[in-house]
Amino acid sequence: MRGKPVIEAQKINKYFYSPEKTRVLKDVSFQVTRGEFVSVMGKSGCGKSTLLYILSTMDTDYEGELWIDEELVTGKKANRLSQIRNEKIGFVFQFHYLLNEFSVLENVMIPGLKLNRKTKEELEQIAMEKLRIFDMQDHALKKANQLSGGQKQRVAIARSLMNDPLIIMGDEPTGNLDKKNSDIVFNIFKELAQEFHQTMLIVTHDPEFAAGTDRIIEMEDGWVVNH
Amino acid sequence: MGIGLILNMAKALMLARLKQTVIAGVGVVFSITMFVALLGFMNGLNQLLDGLILNRTPHIRFYNEIKASPQQPIEMSASYDGYYHVIRSVKPAASRTSIYNNESIMRTLKEDRRVLGVAPKIAAQVFFNVGAIDVNGVIKGIDVEEESRLFAFEDYVVDGDFLDLKNTANSIILGKGAADRMLASIGDMVQVTTAQGSRMQLKVVGFYQSGLGELDNVQSYASMGTVQKMLGEPPSFVTDIQVKLHDFELAPQMAREYKEVFGIDADDIQTVNAQFEAGTGIRSLISYAVGVTLLIVSGFGIYNILNMMIYEKMDTIAILKAIGFSGRDVNMVFITIALAIGFFGGLLGLMFGFLAGLGIEQVPFELEALPTIKTLPVDFSPKYYIIAGVFSLVTTYFAGYFPARKASSIDPVDIIRGK
Ligand SMILES: Nc1ncnc2c1ncn2[C@@H]1O[C@H](COP(=O)(O)OP(=O)(O)O)[C@@H](O)[C@H]1O
Ligand SMILES: [Mg+2]
Repeated sequence: MRGKPVIEAQKINKYFYSPEKTRVLKDVSFQVTRGEFVSVMGKSGCGKSTLLYILSTMDTDYEGELWIDEELVTGKKANRLSQIRNEKIGFVFQFHYLLNEFSVLENVMIPGLKLNRKTKEELEQIAMEKLRIFDMQDHALKKANQLSGGQKQRVAIARSLMNDPLIIMGDEPTGNLDKKNSDIVFNIFKELAQEFHQTMLIVTHDPEFAAGTDRIIEMEDGWVVNH
Repeated sequence: MGIGLILNMAKALMLARLKQTVIAGVGVVFSITMFVALLGFMNGLNQLLDGLILNRTPHIRFYNEIKASPQQPIEMSASYDGYYHVIRSVKPAASRTSIYNNESIMRTLKEDRRVLGVAPKIAAQVFFNVGAIDVNGVIKGIDVEEESRLFAFEDYVVDGDFLDLKNTANSIILGKGAADRMLASIGDMVQVTTAQGSRMQLKVVGFYQSGLGELDNVQSYASMGTVQKMLGEPPSFVTDIQVKLHDFELAPQMAREYKEVFGIDADDIQTVNAQFEAGTGIRSLISYAVGVTLLIVSGFGIYNILNMMIYEKMDTIAILKAIGFSGRDVNMVFITIALAIGFFGGLLGLMFGFLAGLGIEQVPFELEALPTIKTLPVDFSPKYYIIAGVFSLVTTYFAGYFPARKASSIDPVDIIRGK
């Protein structure tokens, strides 16, 4: 299993045109292989988020090539990209982004419902298992906005795992949490790496967090300086 | 992706903005209610007015018109060809108003499959002799049973039994207006003088009220036999042949066709009542216009609430897209919301509209001129319910179309980065 590329970026360039044309990603090339736990570090404004949006297929306005699971996704139709996101990518944001209209359990289930490959009962079971990993099973029936920040982030991670994705991407998932909660979340990521061999690409500010990962990709002013 | 998830999403979003959703729905309910009630009432009224004239008007009427000789003698002279003719001296002949060979004409008509029925009629100008003065009138000689079957004669006999006209010799059913003028009541004898000068005593057996005052003041009815006797004509004397068709739309064409065949005058109902039809059409048009306007206004209500919902739920839409919902899925969620408001609002509206119709139907509406009507008329034809139902879905679909398209084109990166 190990060694197969999950993500491969080839000479990715990204420009913003307002207020003036600026090149924010400069010939970014790297690989993440199966089972790797990779962190991305760099100063604020060096293009980490921008890169992650491209890697997650949400941003399609770039130059270069992006391969996910050995499939060229650059230039693919929006519907296919949605499918890829649903099936192969779990995304964790700095802000939890749960849907307040739904219960915790439903929030976790939604990617599975969207994928529509299992019955509702099976999905419920799977979602409960994911919640159990993070010790959130007791909150399953609460509405999402009845949770604390740390709890929300745990649910968001559970949701990103729902379809057993090929890779989890996180954009400073601990950036908005206090020390105690960010430790909890960090430990969760470690556990996912060690026990489940989950491939992960996590942007972080926190050197301590980065030190605990398999590999650090360092960025500076749009360049990848070390990987 | 499952339709269940779309429905769930739509439901959750609606519940999150329950109050606004309900208000938008109430707009649809109200407009559909009004639409159905208004159209039902307007068309009930139309049918009533149509019935007033059209029900008892023959679809085709055959008769002999008194007219001048089409060719004046001077036209026959070649030497005055191309001149303007001043001398036109030949007056209408003492022509027969009776339809020649009417029995065979009626037989031919009855054999035509497009024809529902044929009834002969005689119109006679008379004076009713009331004390020292004479009151002008028209007596129609009718085939009582056919007249009743084809032209609802029975409905307009407000007093007495219309069959007495047939069963009692020398009887008459007086127009209500004429009877009031003569102070005649049932059982009285009235004396009539025909235009030719012969006199006759007739027994009053009932009153006739059409609802058209002008008509009721002059028109009375007697049996064919009575009128023939009064005029001193033989039983073959008939001045009008009235035809009722299965499909009255065929009237103009058939009138033209038989005019040729029989060589007599023929009028069709459409030509005679052209203005009347225009009135009916305009009334329908107005009620449709009002109904559609209401629906469009409620469509804007839905458009508004959806737009608001989309602004408020940008984050939700962005996150859905980030976890793999396609633009099409998001589009379907919002279209579903719009259609759900349209569907449930429309359904309630149809029910309230029906109830409103029942209510209107209870309102007493009695007019001297409309003897058969006791309450306001409402037409409960399913047609209006189907139109209203379809329309509520169509308007809400279009109201949802643009907001849904906007939602589906939201770029999740813009929203997430904006945080
Ligand atoms: N929508 C945008 N328009 C123009 N410039 C942008 C936009 N979004 C980000 N940038 C710029 O791109 C650079 C990289 O931003 P970002 O990827 O968010 O950095 P990081 O996540 O590493 O802090 C920054 O200089 C930022 O100002
Ligand atoms: Mg960032």
